[in-house]
Amino acid sequence: MASLAGFGAYVPDRRLSNAELAARLDCTPEWIYEVSGIESRHIAEESQTVEDLALLAAQNCLGELKIESSEIGMILVSSGSAARRFPGPAASVGKALGIPGVPCLDIPVASAGSLFGLALAGRLSEAYGTILLVAAEKMSEISQREPLDKNVAILFGDGAGACLVTPGSKGLCIVDSVLHSDGAFANDLFLDADGRLGMNGLTVIMQASRKIPAAIQEVLKKRKKAAADIAVFLMHQANQNLIDRVAKGLGVPGGRFYSNISHVGNTSSASMLIAAAEYFRLNKLNPGERAVFAAFGAGFHWGALLTESSEVNFRG
Amino acid sequence: MSNQEKIVAIIRQVSGKSSVPDGDESLFESGYLDSFALPDMVSAIEAEFGIAIPDSDLTPRKFDSIARIESYIEARS
Repeated sequence: MASLAGFGAYVPDRRLSNAELAARLDCTPEWIYEVSGIESRHIAEESQTVEDLALLAAQNCLGELKIESSEIGMILVSSGSAARRFPGPAASVGKALGIPGVPCLDIPVASAGSLFGLALAGRLSEAYGTILLVAAEKMSEISQREPLDKNVAILFGDGAGACLVTPGSKGLCIVDSVLHSDGAFANDLFLDADGRLGMNGLTVIMQASRKIPAAIQEVLKKRKKAAADIAVFLMHQANQNLIDRVAKGLGVPGGRFYSNISHVGNTSSASMLIAAAEYFRLNKLNPGERAVFAAFGAGFHWGALLTESSEVNFRG
Repeated sequence: MSNQEKIVAIIRQVSGKSSVPDGDESLFESGYLDSFALPDMVSAIEAEFGIAIPDSDLTPRKFDSIARIESYIEARS
């Protein structure tokens, strides 16, 4: 048994509004909002790296939980936008936290990386103890490259989220998870070694619209639960229209799917943890109340993870 | 009602538009349907023709025009 003890997040101060973007693209701010549900996204400073964003989210998470970095037994860092092919950002985060020797593992999976990280951390915590999972993305370096691709530039923002996964059942207990991958769609969403992002939007939406609800149903069915039994769904914040479609597909009110995409944008693998950190700053879960995490992205990789609160007023 | 007529009826229902593009014209490049209407169209096709469309077939290539949808359904029949 492992649990999510709490969350943290960091987003850069600078916001890029739809009005600013629309002036550079052949479109209107209203069109951007209509097709994505995004009003603004955060953009990192040129000097900020994925490692910097990850460290700030990690420190926020540890600070909120009053945990010393010396208590961490392993670090997992998910990112699809790290500057280097190797080493990835994980070891740098470990160094910055002052815990040399602690194993640090990179998960180079965009979008669904944090979900895979949660599921893996849940399994690994029995062996490594407290695991710090961080998901950090500097997508602006890709999405704001000239010449701008309208369909890419409007979606992505920068930020990082973090979650502390601990052995035992204190917090948000991981009940079960399902993970899937299908390399047949590798060319429908990819980032080249030269930094070019390719996205077949129609295929991505078609597949995600079906696979995310199916994964959620799969994990619920394993535990004989229904979508109506879930207090909150915390999904990769890819596009508001997709979130609405998944809610509709599951037959639950859209409000049950927490969304912060309007002011954070799509921060790829970081988005689900940033949303969770924000949700638990504003809301709480009580014993028996459940949260489902779900994501879909490049690979394709997708899945869902079912959790249940063991605490009164769990606020992450 | 022919398969083509059924497909046209589905496209009209999903798009909310009374006109439809020519048989070979792209439903998406013409702006007739957006990406989020596509899953609705696929669900309606499954219900109308009593078929289950596997995830591996969910590519725009198979559903990009009335003619392609008609070919797909005929191949599945």
